[in-house]
Amino acid sequence: MTLTLALIQVLNGLQFGLILFLIAAGLTLVFGVMDFINLAHGVQYMVGAYLVAAFTAMTGGFFTGLALALPAALVFGLVLELLIFRHLYQRDHLDQVLATFGIIIFLNQAVKYIWGAAPLNVPIPDALSGAVEITDGLLYPVWRLVIIAAGLLVGLALYIVVNRTKLGMLVRAGASNAPMVSALGVNIRLLFTIVFGVGAMLAGFAGAMVAPILSVEPGMGDNVLILAFVVIVIGGIGSIRGAFIAALLIGLVDTLGRFFAPTLLRTLLDPSAASQTGRAIAPMLIYILMAAVLFFRPSGLFPAKK
Amino acid sequence: MPDPASLDAAARAAPPRTRRVLILPMLIFACFALMPSATLFGPQSYVLAIVTRIMILALGAMSLDLLIGYGAMISFGHAAFVGLGAYSTAILASHGITDGFSQLAAVIVTAIIFALFTGAISLRTKGVYFIMITLAFGQMLFFLTTSLAAYGGDDGLTLAARSTFFGMAILKNDLAMYYIAFGILLGAYVLLRAVVASRFGRVLRGIRENPVRMEAIGFPPYRYQLTAYVIAGVIAGVSGFLLANQAEFVSPAYTTWQRSGELIFVLVLGGLGSLHGAILGAAAFTLLADILSHYTENWAMIFGPILILVVLFARGGINGLFGGKP
Repeated sequence: MTLTLALIQVLNGLQFGLILFLIAAGLTLVFGVMDFINLAHGVQYMVGAYLVAAFTAMTGGFFTGLALALPAALVFGLVLELLIFRHLYQRDHLDQVLATFGIIIFLNQAVKYIWGAAPLNVPIPDALSGAVEITDGLLYPVWRLVIIAAGLLVGLALYIVVNRTKLGMLVRAGASNAPMVSALGVNIRLLFTIVFGVGAMLAGFAGAMVAPILSVEPGMGDNVLILAFVVIVIGGIGSIRGAFIAALLIGLVDTLGRFFAPTLLRTLLDPSAASQTGRAIAPMLIYILMAAVLFFRPSGLFPAKK
Repeated sequence: MPDPASLDAAARAAPPRTRRVLILPMLIFACFALMPSATLFGPQSYVLAIVTRIMILALGAMSLDLLIGYGAMISFGHAAFVGLGAYSTAILASHGITDGFSQLAAVIVTAIIFALFTGAISLRTKGVYFIMITLAFGQMLFFLTTSLAAYGGDDGLTLAARSTFFGMAILKNDLAMYYIAFGILLGAYVLLRAVVASRFGRVLRGIRENPVRMEAIGFPPYRYQLTAYVIAGVIAGVSGFLLANQAEFVSPAYTTWQRSGELIFVLVLGGLGSLHGAILGAAAFTLLADILSHYTENWAMIFGPILILVVLFARGGINGLFGGKP
């Protein structure tokens, strides 16, 4: 029985980690190539969820909604880039943090203004709303498996693009030494706009995929943003491979920690104290992990810059 | 031939520079000192409460100025210290220890321990990694406060009574609360002014400009930065003590990363690296939020763009408008 429960938690952790990877992938590239801290990346995730909720309600189908939401998320990201971010690349990190923090304040309120403060619900597409039996008596929701599959597919596609194409080569070169790439005659601004647009769309895609299982509400991107930053800092800024490994690590540690910490502590403490301490420690685990990683490797596990 | 404009500028900037620098802060503190007597004719308690809030926010932002403005250490977890101070006060109060001096001592000791522990780890990293690791420690404290089931957990904790001094409930009086906040703000300003003017402050600014060179001439940055980190943490903790007393309530919301962002915003709005800029920023931030919230509940939609515009166009903040230099 415990083994079955543990397996479910592992799958949940995997699913959570892959969602984090979708968000962190864009963030780490933008960070790596342009040395730009974009706190507004979390609201891209929120905007993706809201867009899919709005388009699904409008068209009546999740997949048509998704098909409309993805380009809309892309356009939204490019508009932000054109209007605001473009003026921040030459500024120091403090200015970037503040200006993008201003975008968060604005957009969190703006979605509340447009769609109201109450959470929106997006129905799971009918065909994928059931549960499958993985092993004896282990039922797992199909939609979560779909998220896992989508995350893995995007990860694979990104791996191929980044490691096997000319565009990917330029992105990797940009992450390790942007001025040099620019000096060799590559239009680094255009390259960055592409990376940025794709990153914004991936975050929007992550938001759209979790919309049916989470409530779509203002501020939903804030905590995810912090987790995505934890991921890219652990993975090493600018590294897709690092982001992938760190995202799975964070997803699993967080999910399993919340599940097992109270149980494990029960062997040491009395039950009520154990569950209380467990609930206190579990959410802190990933931050402890991050502090520990940075203590031993101050620039993450797989730094892109040498 | 010298340009007349530059001559003029040189003449204006030249003579008693130190005195000029202190005019604006002296004006600010005079305003705060006289404010309560001016409110005798108006809605006193409301104005007193809001100005007290401004001074408490200013105290937190000013301590952050020591880190960001003078030490180039962009801490994105400074609200953790405010929350630590507030929770230390409230937890002691909930156990019946309402003596203000004991509470302050507890606040200062916990802030020093937390600052030494987190600072020692954070300062091993640089740049973006420093921003992120201070953020991580802030989040840790946030989750710790939400899990304190005995002290309210997510819902926060209401203070049974404000702190007492010498056994007397002085702080019950809002005017006394005001002047105690004023006294602490003034004390912190004088202390920080002395710190940045001292040899230690010059070393800190040297490290801000070029850590490698400072190390080469015999000033290892780490211990100076850690000392500044502890000083800033203690002052922010004391602002938490005041905040808990003023609001008579503490909650995990005090320690969120958004609060840390707000502290940076206040500081940049007022002007980095001047100390009194933090006070100007706190006043502008609080009044703007208060006024806008009277007109529309969507004031954040106006606030966000203002923040972006300040960053893009108003370098030097409000202090810069008065001709102040960082």
